[in-house]
Amino acid sequence: MQLTQIGRTGRDSFAEMRQLQTEMNRLFDNAGVFPAVQVYPPVNLWIGDSSVVVTAELPGLSAEDVDLTIREDVLTMRGERRQAEEAEHAGWHRRERPYGTFSRTIGLPFRVDPDQVQAKFENGVLEVEMQRPEADRPRKIAINGK
Amino acid sequence: MAQEMTTTAKREVTPAERGEVTRSTVVYRPDTDIYETEDHVVLIADMPGVAPADVDVNLERRVLTIRGHVHRQAHDGYRRVHAEYGEGDYERVFTLSEEIDRDRIEASHKNGVLTLKMPKAESAKTRKITVKAA
Repeated sequence: MQLTQIGRTGRDSFAEMRQLQTEMNRLFDNAGVFPAVQVYPPVNLWIGDSSVVVTAELPGLSAEDVDLTIREDVLTMRGERRQAEEAEHAGWHRRERPYGTFSRTIGLPFRVDPDQVQAKFENGVLEVEMQRPEADRPRKIAINGK
Repeated sequence: MAQEMTTTAKREVTPAERGEVTRSTVVYRPDTDIYETEDHVVLIADMPGVAPADVDVNLERRVLTIRGHVHRQAHDGYRRVHAEYGEGDYERVFTLSEEIDRDRIEASHKNGVLTLKMPKAESAKTRKITVKAA
């Protein structure tokens, strides 16, 4: 224990500074524990000439667990990640996987045809391929030179 | 009980945490749940994109290593315009306690999720002790 003779005020300013420093350190230590939070599920978007592919990571789910809806240029995916029955009464050591219902709406770069959609779900990765309707596809315009 | 879900970004395994590898891909730490029931310890790891054949579970003495290899999806003719997750292999290392019966560990992999069911050794199971009213 350090003794500082700082007059008779009774307040040890060095101890105060030390405490302030410890608290600042604690503040910055915690900053790393709460990283940026994203929406769920994380998606990647790929664009082709006249089609677009959306891939999403949804481990533990399969085709029947996800609800996909398409409207004009918006794709919505909805579902629920459940946890095992026995896990509810167990003692937890570590809990990192997210659980619960999710609903995500993704705006697409152009309108898509809901009848020309192919979706596959493999190993927990959902892949939705959507085509542009015929009428919307960009057309090459010939320029008349003179 | 329904709740809105949010998740944190995938955590990458830094080169300092693992040894040098010959393949130069990004390696992620899979999110893992570990819980304990009366006679089992269950470990569940999220490894989306990994097929059951590409999972490697290795137990050496008390060190458990889980690895998953992802085959890169080649989207020919497409440009990636938005990415919220990266594609890469998975790896994570755990140290098991003495209580696990190492010969009876069951591993199963479905839809990108690896489940390890580890039975506790007989000596470690909790025993109820009856109290006699004297």
